[in-house]
Amino acid sequence: MAGKQSLVVITGVGGRLGQLLARRLHRQPGVHVAGIDRRAFPRKPADVEHYRIDIRRKAAEELFRTRQVDVIFHCGVMHDPRKGTGEHHSWNIRGTQQILEFAHRYNVPKVVILSTGDVYGPASDNPAFITEDAPLLGAQRFAALRDLIAVDMTAQSWFWKHPEIETVVLRPAHILGATHNAVSNYLRLPRVPVLYGFDPMLQVLHEEDAVTALLAAATPGVRGVFNIVGPDPLPLRKLIEVAGKPTLELPHVVLPSVVNRMFQMRFAEFPAAELDYIRYAATMDGSRAREVLRFRHAYTVREAVAAALRQDIFDGSVEVGRKAQRLRTARV
Amino acid sequence: MPRRTLHDRYARFQKLGLQAANQLQAFVADQRERPLWRQLGEEIGEASQDMAALLLSGTWRTPQDEVDRRIAQLLQGQHLGEFGVDPFGYAPESLRVMVPILDFLHRVWFRAECYDLNRVPEGRVLLISNHSGQLPFDGMVIASAMLLEHEPPRIPRTMVEKFATALPGFGDLVYRCGSVTGLPDNCRRLLENDECVLVFPEGARGISKPFRERYRMTAFGHGFMRLALETNTPIVPIAVVGAEEQTINLFDFKMMARLLHTPSLAITPLMPVIGPLAMLPSPVKYRVYFGEPLKFEGDPNDDEAVIAPKVAVVKNAIQGMLDRGLRERRGFFV
Repeated sequence: MAGKQSLVVITGVGGRLGQLLARRLHRQPGVHVAGIDRRAFPRKPADVEHYRIDIRRKAAEELFRTRQVDVIFHCGVMHDPRKGTGEHHSWNIRGTQQILEFAHRYNVPKVVILSTGDVYGPASDNPAFITEDAPLLGAQRFAALRDLIAVDMTAQSWFWKHPEIETVVLRPAHILGATHNAVSNYLRLPRVPVLYGFDPMLQVLHEEDAVTALLAAATPGVRGVFNIVGPDPLPLRKLIEVAGKPTLELPHVVLPSVVNRMFQMRFAEFPAAELDYIRYAATMDGSRAREVLRFRHAYTVREAVAAALRQDIFDGSVEVGRKAQRLRTARV
Repeated sequence: MPRRTLHDRYARFQKLGLQAANQLQAFVADQRERPLWRQLGEEIGEASQDMAALLLSGTWRTPQDEVDRRIAQLLQGQHLGEFGVDPFGYAPESLRVMVPILDFLHRVWFRAECYDLNRVPEGRVLLISNHSGQLPFDGMVIASAMLLEHEPPRIPRTMVEKFATALPGFGDLVYRCGSVTGLPDNCRRLLENDECVLVFPEGARGISKPFRERYRMTAFGHGFMRLALETNTPIVPIAVVGAEEQTINLFDFKMMARLLHTPSLAITPLMPVIGPLAMLPSPVKYRVYFGEPLKFEGDPNDDEAVIAPKVAVVKNAIQGMLDRGLRERRGFFV
């Protein structure tokens, strides 16, 4: 990349992973980062451009039309069952379609799509190693996931529709960190609810490792779908033990109907279908990413949990890169 | 079909009642010649004396240092993560809790006798067994034989029915003790790791057989043979004699089973009196026969017609050992 500046576009740059990715990329020589997100980017590095627009709008096209984009990282997929389903659906599916269209129309050679390992869905009859070829059954009992599956499928269709674009789909395991995703929020609860008699195996991934995987996916010549798996899977209760939290044992028999009623009345934070995540396992096989992307995780389970439980997450003063570094060195 | 009237139904019940009465009469007449009750009584007396002797002497417990040694040996060959759990959820350390239970079941309750246990070779191996007894105590007895009596100790990774892994408590317990969901992909990966995998090819239809079909094996699934061919794994046929009589399944209450989402629901003679407790096994004597390892060659993706004869070889080997076991035993409880 010597001489020429390569332009990297990150959608969803205001999100946690988008921010981390932008911070990691903008320090690299010869890389210029432009972010697209409706959300703000607090303490944005000065040399990172940020367009506060909706990717579904015409205005987003201007960036691609006027400049040659080299890589697109699509991290702007939303998953929040509390948001209205219509907006949720349109944002994810139309947004992804739009980004892929831009890539085709303006000859972007590389598109990396951050899907999720949740597309497989937890089930009692899952194999212990779900491969990339497994059916995406995540929505069989959790309808709110169907647009995430549609996003994954749309990206996959680009493999044959536009073989000249190197499309990469990443399906990471549960990402832990200073984000507000379901699993991190779950571990932050003062008493962590578990289902009596259920202790599924879980795979967690440190947010910095997820960024490492995104960067690895941008390697020229790489295309395809990859499960991104961090440290060895561990039982749910072990994970909570690592977090140092007491558990709250709940019986599964009556819980789904109670939780659903509460969710409808906005007393519960999550729909009952999400209970399946603490009931059944959905552990993935990460060997393809290890072989093809040469992806190696750097953080252990303990470090990932520590990243999700840091005290400064809620006061908005998170300065992640360096602080996380200090945290690591302090422990060593 | 015309609707059955009340009278028809009444007539049907009357017929059934007469049949039952006739059968009872025949049975009683038979008993005069060959007193089954007395024989069973003697057997149970003998069995309870054995059990009492074992319990009083304390010899049924595996000594603690022996348990430590065996668990340490299990840990050696395993690739376990940071938290002592393998990717399938197996944690050898959690077997410690199970050892007293297995000891009791294996040595006291079932007084299991294992024949030719040393035929199980080292490295990857498929254990193929008949399945019986309504609840999978046969699997537990094979597992405890491999864990507590085989040298070196091994834990059979049992392929468990998908429905069972969804049960609260049970699912996670069996995972920690080495079982996995019964899927070909799981089995393949375990065999490639040179594990010992236990498969009951009859599955749920074997274990829930009614009493009148005891020791008649149901159809075998072919999946195990394809996996054995694919991974070049020797097969050790196993016959479990005794488990068929532990819980007497008079008939399968299919409608209730469907309501409870279970594959079957056995109605046993004592069920009207003690309810679900009647599913617990009676203290029958287990005899477990291990056959010579069988080695098969061929294309794992061949037609069913080619795979079926190979499966039949395994099934016949098990049937032969079952027949031998039935000939050799004096009774259900001794």
